[in-house]
Amino acid sequence: MSTSLVRQSLFRAVAKPSMLRASAPGLMLAQRRFASTQNMTPAESISYLNAQRQHRPNSPHAQIYQPQITWILSIANRVTGVALSGALYAGALAYLLHPVFPIIDSAHLVSLVADLPTWVKGGLKFLFAVPFTFHTFNGIRHLGWDIGKGLTIKGVYATGYTVMAATAISSIYLAFFV
Amino acid sequence: MFKPSTASSALRAIPSSSRVSIGARSFHASSRAALATPSETKPEQTKEFKIYRWNPDTPSEKPKLQSYKVDLSQCGPMMLDALIKIKNELDPTLTFRRSCREGICGSCAMNIDGVNTLACLCRIDKDVKKPSKVYPLPHMYIVKDLVPDLTLFYKQYKSIEPFLKNDNPPAQGEFLQTQEDRKKLDGMYECILCACCSTSCPSYWWNQDQYLGPAVLMQAYRWMADSRDSYGAERKEKMQNTMSLYRCHTIFNCSRTCPKGLNPALAIAKMKLEMATE
Repeated sequence: MSTSLVRQSLFRAVAKPSMLRASAPGLMLAQRRFASTQNMTPAESISYLNAQRQHRPNSPHAQIYQPQITWILSIANRVTGVALSGALYAGALAYLLHPVFPIIDSAHLVSLVADLPTWVKGGLKFLFAVPFTFHTFNGIRHLGWDIGKGLTIKGVYATGYTVMAATAISSIYLAFFV
Repeated sequence: MFKPSTASSALRAIPSSSRVSIGARSFHASSRAALATPSETKPEQTKEFKIYRWNPDTPSEKPKLQSYKVDLSQCGPMMLDALIKIKNELDPTLTFRRSCREGICGSCAMNIDGVNTLACLCRIDKDVKKPSKVYPLPHMYIVKDLVPDLTLFYKQYKSIEPFLKNDNPPAQGEFLQTQEDRKKLDGMYECILCACCSTSCPSYWWNQDQYLGPAVLMQAYRWMADSRDSYGAERKEKMQNTMSLYRCHTIFNCSRTCPKGLNPALAIAKMKLEMATE
């Protein structure tokens, strides 16, 4: 150990900048200045900075960020929540139009769908079942987090995949077997 | 069992790199010819790097991705090595922050292949067919190229008063703390404020003017959780509004991306739970 220290310090004493320069030409090239500087008063530099700030672009975000279970499921939770409550409000309010369009009436609607082929009925039910079941299961996941459970990356991924599997199975069941 | 030969064998145990010549000390990113003993020739592996560029001197020009080709056999293993090599040998105008090159300063935080991380801790993907994309931290104002403006981030950090506040200091000596109390700070005090987590958070993207973001909130909780601090109630009171804390929707991008392996989402959840149950 001590020998190496002596050797290092000896080298430092002997080494000249020119040696370093010859050993790493690329390093020295980068030292060339490409811009000159000029003095500015504090007021001038603030106004220069503010002028620059006005033009600063915003860096790209959602479109370049890697799709991950974390934020994809989060945005899906919000989208399904908005869609479900939107559908509920639209469906309920549609009955107000009954005097104008007598066709909007439970009996009429039932007879309208009754004769459709099974796969169409199943498909339509599936379209409603996916957001409904996903939002329900993911809501339970959120309640778990709120009481402090599963707050690790492992927990988030395990529960995330569980929610997706449960959504798929229960949606297929609700759409085609009920 | 001391033998006379122990000393010399101990010397031999020191890795040769620390003993022998530092004569040709240069960037590990520089060319093979500069080494004292030229390493054997490695097959050339040219990888394309696409790097976000924007120059404040020409503000009307839109930001663009500029392509650089680097031979990986002549480059260090980390993304920062490639960036330094590009700056040294291909384009000295490329601008980025870097300092410690070992993940403790947090300067080189950027978005690499879609994930926020520190360039110095991120290995270059050896798949040369796929170009690597390097962007600055997402949804930040860009000073130049890969350098984001962190002024607001630091202001937010300042606003949580990240220091010990206690009106009753001990009569003599320092504040004492049990080992259990000290343990509560593990996983929080290690934060280097690189802003990777905050800028990965969609809530922070849309509301950074009012929402504090994961990095700052974890530090806020770090001082609430400190047994030596007596201002916990006041610190929590400051969070009692819809924006500062409660824009956190437990998305977990923060913990997923943290280059130090910390868990800001857990700290925020604990803070919420304490505020709700106290």
